[in-house]
Amino acid sequence: MDIILFKAAIILSFVLFFIPKQFQYYFGLLLHLIIIAISSIWAVKSLFIISGKLTIAFLPFLGNILNLEIDQLSAFFILIVNFTSLTGIIYAKGYLQPYFNKKSKIELAFHFFNFLWLHISMLLVVMFRDALAFLIIWEIMSLSSFFLVIFESEKKETIRIGINYLIQMHIGVVFLMLAFIWAYTQTASEFSFDGLSVYFASHNPFLLFLLFFIGFGIKAGFIPFHSWLPHAHPASPSHVSGVMSGVMIKMGIYGILRVLTYINHDLFDIGLFILIISLASGLIGVSLAIVQHDVKKLLAYHSIENIGIIGIGIGLGVIGISENIPVLAVLGFGGGILHILNHSLFKSLLFYTAGSVYKQTHTRNIEQLGGLIKKMPKTALFFLLGALAISGLPPFNGFISEFMIYSGMFKSLQEANLFTDIILLFSFSGLAIIGGLAIFCFTKVFSIVFLGTARSDKVEHATEVDAAMILPDFLIGFMIVLIGFVPVIFMQPLSAIVSVFTGDTIAIQQIIPTLNNISLSSGIFIILIGVIWLLRAWQQKQQSIKQNTTWGCAYTGANPALHQYTATSYADNFVQISKQIVNVKKDFENFEETDIFPKEREFETHSSDIFEDNLIIRPVDKILIFLKKIAVFQTGKIQHYLLYALLFIAVISILTYLNWI
Amino acid sequence: MISFLLILVSSIFFVGIIIKVKAKIAARKMPSVFQPLFDVIRLFKKGAIYSSTTSVIFKITPLVYMASVLMATLFIPIGSQKGFLSFEGDFVFFAYLLAMGKFMMIIAAMDTGSGFEAMGANREALYSMLVEPAFFILIGSMALFTHNTSFQDLYMNLHAGTELTYIISIAAIYILIYIAMIENSRMPVDDPKTHLELTMVHEVMVLDNSGFDLGLIHIATWLKFAIYGGLISNFVIQTTWIWYYQITAFLGIQILFAIIIGLVEAFRARNKMEKNPQWIIMLSAIAVVIFLTTLIITQKIILN
Repeated sequence: MDIILFKAAIILSFVLFFIPKQFQYYFGLLLHLIIIAISSIWAVKSLFIISGKLTIAFLPFLGNILNLEIDQLSAFFILIVNFTSLTGIIYAKGYLQPYFNKKSKIELAFHFFNFLWLHISMLLVVMFRDALAFLIIWEIMSLSSFFLVIFESEKKETIRIGINYLIQMHIGVVFLMLAFIWAYTQTASEFSFDGLSVYFASHNPFLLFLLFFIGFGIKAGFIPFHSWLPHAHPASPSHVSGVMSGVMIKMGIYGILRVLTYINHDLFDIGLFILIISLASGLIGVSLAIVQHDVKKLLAYHSIENIGIIGIGIGLGVIGISENIPVLAVLGFGGGILHILNHSLFKSLLFYTAGSVYKQTHTRNIEQLGGLIKKMPKTALFFLLGALAISGLPPFNGFISEFMIYSGMFKSLQEANLFTDIILLFSFSGLAIIGGLAIFCFTKVFSIVFLGTARSDKVEHATEVDAAMILPDFLIGFMIVLIGFVPVIFMQPLSAIVSVFTGDTIAIQQIIPTLNNISLSSGIFIILIGVIWLLRAWQQKQQSIKQNTTWGCAYTGANPALHQYTATSYADNFVQISKQIVNVKKDFENFEETDIFPKEREFETHSSDIFEDNLIIRPVDKILIFLKKIAVFQTGKIQHYLLYALLFIAVISILTYLNWI
Repeated sequence: MISFLLILVSSIFFVGIIIKVKAKIAARKMPSVFQPLFDVIRLFKKGAIYSSTTSVIFKITPLVYMASVLMATLFIPIGSQKGFLSFEGDFVFFAYLLAMGKFMMIIAAMDTGSGFEAMGANREALYSMLVEPAFFILIGSMALFTHNTSFQDLYMNLHAGTELTYIISIAAIYILIYIAMIENSRMPVDDPKTHLELTMVHEVMVLDNSGFDLGLIHIATWLKFAIYGGLISNFVIQTTWIWYYQITAFLGIQILFAIIIGLVEAFRARNKMEKNPQWIIMLSAIAVVIFLTTLIITQKIILN
C-alpha cells in the first residue's frame, strides 16, 4: 500500500506541468508531504521498531527486482532529507513570490518539478544498493540540482556556474563508476554496494576507497574538490541553497559512510587519510569564509568547514576501530553523524535567513548592508541563533556534536599509542582553531549585516518578511534548541546508527550522564541570565535611562555609516597572518609625494581560492590552448567533414584488413 | 560550592591588589584594595545611557557575559573541594562557555556602530581565537597524564602521580598566567591604562556601556582573574592537605598571582599590536612542549 502511494507520488510529479500557475506550489507541496510521510514511516520503522534492515520491493529492473533497502544509516539520512526538504518547500513559497509574474508557467513548473525530484532522488540514493540504479539516481540528483541552480537563467553568470557545477559532478560520477566497475571486474560478484564486501575482504582497500572518496568527496565538498560549492550556492535561490548545503552535499558523506561499512581491515590508513583531508577542509574552509563579502558564498565556505568537522569525527572513528579504541570509535562516529544532522539544521536556517535578507535588500554584498536588526528583527535573531549554533557554542546543538568528538579524543589519549596521540594532538588543536575562526567569522557577518548603521540605501526599504518565510525558521530553531538542551533523547537512535559501524556502543551509554549534566548546566545558564535580567530591571526602574549617540570622541558631526568598520577591515588582521591561504590581493594607487590635492581614489580587494586557481583554472587554460590548436580541423565546410568521415572509414578498413582490431 | 564562594571572595580584592602594586611601584599613593568594589557599587547606583544606534543585542550582552563567567566559576575545584558542577569533559564546556560570552561581547561592541569599538572587538576576536589551542593542548596533556577528563579528577590524579608532575606544573602555570592576561586583555597584549582609543582592546569595547551594565562587566573581569587564579592554585594545593591549609594556600596564591600581574604590568611595555598574534601562538608552542614532555613521562616516547 505505502509503496504504491510512493510510486504514485513520483509519477504524479509530471502532472505539475499541466496545472495552472497558482496551484503548482500547493500540488508540489502535497506530493512532498506524501513522500515525506511514507518515507519517514519507513525510516522510523527501521530505526526504532525493527532496528535493522527494512527491504521493500520497488520495481522490476533488468530482470531482477530492485529493492529499497533501509537500514539505520539510510533511515537517519531519510529523516534529515525529509526535514530539510519540508522547511525548504515551505520557505520557497515566500521566496518565489517576486518571480511569480516574471517566470512562465512551464518555468515555474519545471522548478517545482526539479525540487521534488531532488527530494525523491536524495531519498532513493540512500535506499538503493544496486550499483547501476544508484548511479542513475545519483545522476538524476545532480541533474535536478543543476536545473535548480540555473533558476535565474537569464543571467549569463548563472549559466556558467551551472555548467561548471554539472561538469564537476560528472567528474565525480566517473570516479564512482570506475570504482564500482573495478570492484566488479576484480571479484565477479554482484554489481552493487553489497558486492564491494567481497572485494574489500580480499584486497587492500585503500585504492578503491580512494576512488570512492574522490567521487563522493566532490559532492561533499572536501578540499581540494570543493571549488563548485562557493559558486553554486550563491547563484541558486535560497531554498535551493539551503537544501543543497543542508542535505545534498551530505549524500557524499553518506556514500563514504556506506562504503566504510564494507571495509573491515587495514582501516588505519583510510582513517588517517580522511582525518587529514578533513582537518585541511575545516581550517582552509573557514579561513576562506572570513574573507568573503558575499553572504551566501561565505556560508558555502562554511559548509566546507562543517564537512571538515564531520570528516574529523568519521576519520577519528575509523582510526578508533583500527586501533581498537572503542571510545574513540563510538564517539568519533557519534559526533560526526550528529554533526550531519546539526549542520543540516543550522546551515539551512542560515541560508533561509540570508535569503530573506537578499529578497528584501536585493544585495548579497555585506558591505552594503548594516542595521538590519531594526528592520527585520525576527530574521536577525534567527540568523544569530544559527550563527551561535554553527560556532559550536553552548547551549545550542553544534556544541553537542563537537563536545562528543572532543570527549572521544580526550578519553582515548591514554590508551592510544604514540602515533595516535600525535594525531589526536593535531585533531583537537585543529578543532579548537576551527571553532575560534568560526566565531571570528560569524561575529563579522552578523554584525556587518544586522548591526550598526545602514551602509547603503538598499537597507532603507527593507521590511520583515511575511510569516510563511519565518515559519521554517521556527521549525529549525526549535530543533536546534531541543538538541542543545536535551541531547539525551537523540542518543538512543544515534547509538543505533553508530552500531552499524562499531558493533557495541557502550561509550554512548556512558556519555549520557555527562549530557544530562550539560543539560543541567545549560538550564542554570539560562536561569542565571534571567536572574541578572530581573536584577537589572529592578535597578533600572529607580534610575533614569537615557538615549544618546554613540561615543565618537565627543565629535558628533560625522556620518556614522562611514565611520563604521567594514567587513574588509574586520577581516584584515586575520588576513595579515594567513596570507598564504586566503590569497587576498589589494588593488589601489599609491599617493605620490607631489599629490598636494589628491584626486578621488579607489581601493579594491579580491580574494581567490588557491585550490581553484591551481587545480581547475590553470589546467583548464592549458587544455584550452591545446584545444584551440586542434580547432583548425573545424573549418565549417561540409566538404571537409565528409572527407574526415571518408578518411575514418578508410583507416578502419585498413586496420580491419590487417587484423589489428 | 565552597570553591565557588572562595573564588567570589578572592575576586573582590584581586584587581585591588593589582592597582595597589602598580601604584606602589610608580610611587603614587596607594588606593584601598576595595577601590574597584567601591567603583562598582557606585556604578550600580547610577542610571544608564544607551546609544540610539544599539539594538536588543547590546542590552542582553552584559547579562549573557556575566552569566557565562559566573557559570564558568561553578566548574572550578579548589583542592579537594569539588566544583559545583563537575562532569567528564567539563573543561570543553568551560572553554566554550567563555567563548559564548565573548561572542556576545564582540557583537555588542559592533552593535554601537563605532569604529573604535569595532576595532577593539576585532582584536579581541582574533586574540581569543589564537589562544584557544594553548588551553586545549594543556588540558590534553593533563588528560594524557592522568587518564581523566574533568577538572576535579585531572587535578586529583595529577598530584597522586610521580614527582615528575612538577615539570608539567611549572610550564602549565606559566601558560595559565599568560592565558589569563590575554583573556582579560592585560599586558602584554593590551594596556588597560592607555588613554587613546586606537590602542585599546578591551577597554574600547565597553566605551558605550554604562551604569549597571558596566558594573557587571567589571565584576566579570574580576571573576575571570579569580577563575584562572583558581586553576593555577590547584597545581600547588595538594588534595591531601587539611582544609584550612588548602584555603590559606588558595588565598595566598591568589594574592601572589595578583602581585605578579601588578609587577608585569608595571615593568613591561605593551607588545606592538602586530606582534601580538605571534606572541600568543608562542603559548601554544609551549603547550606542545608540555604535551611532548608528558608523552616522555608516560613512557610513550622511550628515550635511551
